[in-house]
Amino acid sequence: MSGLHYHYEVPGDDVTRAGEASGAIKSTLKKLGFDPGVVRKVAIAMYEGEINLVIHGGGGVIDVEIDGEKVTMVLEDHGPGIPDVSKAMEEGWSTASDSARSLGFGAGMGLPNMKKNTDEMTVDSTVGVGTKVTMVVKLA
Amino acid sequence: MIMGEYVHSVTLDRDACRGCITCVKRCPTEAIRVRGGKATILKDRCIDCGECIRVCPHHAKRAVTDHLADWERFRYKIALPAPALYGQFNNLDDAEVVLAGLLEMGFDEVYEVAAAAELVSDATRILLSRGLLERPVISSACPAVLRLIRVRFPQLLDNVLPLVAPVELAARMARRQVSRQMGIPPGEIGCIFISPCPAKMTAAKNPLGTAKSDIDLVVSVSEIYPALCSAMKRAREPGEDLVTAGRTGIGWGRSGGEAAATLHERYLAADGIENVIRVLEDMEDEKLHDLDFVELNACSSGCVGGVLNVENPYVAATRLKRLGRYRPVACNHLEDVIPPEAKWDREVDYTPVLRLDKNPLHAMELLEEMGRIEEKLRGLDCGSCGAPSCHALAEDVVRGYASEDSCIYVLQEKLEAVMNAMMIQDLEREREETEL
Repeated sequence: MSGLHYHYEVPGDDVTRAGEASGAIKSTLKKLGFDPGVVRKVAIAMYEGEINLVIHGGGGVIDVEIDGEKVTMVLEDHGPGIPDVSKAMEEGWSTASDSARSLGFGAGMGLPNMKKNTDEMTVDSTVGVGTKVTMVVKLA
Repeated sequence: MIMGEYVHSVTLDRDACRGCITCVKRCPTEAIRVRGGKATILKDRCIDCGECIRVCPHHAKRAVTDHLADWERFRYKIALPAPALYGQFNNLDDAEVVLAGLLEMGFDEVYEVAAAAELVSDATRILLSRGLLERPVISSACPAVLRLIRVRFPQLLDNVLPLVAPVELAARMARRQVSRQMGIPPGEIGCIFISPCPAKMTAAKNPLGTAKSDIDLVVSVSEIYPALCSAMKRAREPGEDLVTAGRTGIGWGRSGGEAAATLHERYLAADGIENVIRVLEDMEDEKLHDLDFVELNACSSGCVGGVLNVENPYVAATRLKRLGRYRPVACNHLEDVIPPEAKWDREVDYTPVLRLDKNPLHAMELLEEMGRIEEKLRGLDCGSCGAPSCHALAEDVVRGYASEDSCIYVLQEKLEAVMNAMMIQDLEREREETEL
């Protein structure tokens, strides 16, 4: 059993489409009959990550792998990068623009909320190059 | 009606159904397929929202309800009018004449569902102030929404308000009151709901959140409407004060009425099944964490939008506003204690009808297989196969309910391949013959 792979291109110029990829994964996980708690964690973490791709990363790609033990989400952008990852992991810290804030984003809950809802999370970021976030939610 | 066996309130008139895919496309849980030229409901997916009844151009989808004639078996008949009923009549300043008309029709007693709704509102406020429920709290009054959450949004079951719907509370209180005051055995009393909504029929026969419903019959607003109109004319001078509900209870008949009655500012009220689904999706993603209460109605405009009504929902909603204006805010109250008959007595469990298989590993194999099948389909979602989309057909195939050949394009390609093979055979034979 090799597992299921899904690839999504997330456009950076249309905030109204943010959430499409995480919505698709959510419905896939329900079809698979995964535990509702797992579905919830993946849905929240991936939605937050997808929003980050659009708001901060200028769009990017998401790769999701589902196997019998875990759901792995890899989100990658070529945006400005995060200068201080540990600072960005603090609740309430945000660099969102005023226009993003006016849409209700930028409360500084993104990365902390993603971490809270995943079993493993790593953030690789280089200023000027981009950011790669890897999240794992275990099935049991 | 057989209890226990799962009963749906939607039925098909096979002669009227032409096998078009209007209902298939509009069903919010993808519960309809056209099979053998006729629409078929996948029972465990149907949430009784009534959308198919609303959209069928041939009136082939019908609501199954009880009929008024069934009331003969009861010694004492109590009418439970839904608040939406008051919105069906023109030029009313108060609901008095509607209730007098029901008595004139032959009901022995009227107990307003709107009055019980005010008690449910009080109970909701008590539960919200105790802060023990997962927020935002979701209303449990719309039976189609409750069933939708159960099959599609199991993560949100903990947010659902564990209270019975106003009509259920009304039936329980009315039966007890009449039995006590008149000395009639409870079994000889008939609690007859005058309903705007087919899902209430299902809820009465197969209740969720409670073991047994006290509603004996569910009769549609549209069935009693003609007889009630003439009875209202005869009963022009209502003597007593029959209306016992205030503005709050009457407001429950339209979207936003229940939410406003929580007296909390941070609420949302969504109506129409597609909008309801969008809100539930957002709740799942924790986008609505700053709200206290969410009112959801499967029908546009709320219960006045139910398919068993007579009047345009927007007109009816406006009339309810007007009827409420001359009433006190609320006339029925609880004393800080929620009576047991208002509470759920059992949990509502997740029914995973959407999952492909009990075993997640096997489900993953089926999903992979679905992906391979989908690649062969054109992605036009034309519906000619009888499923709502190519994705749904692929799912039906792996579940063993349909074959790939149900797709007319797949079939066409196969036929073309066969024809090409035959042509090549013919050519070869001709060549062989000329060589001979």
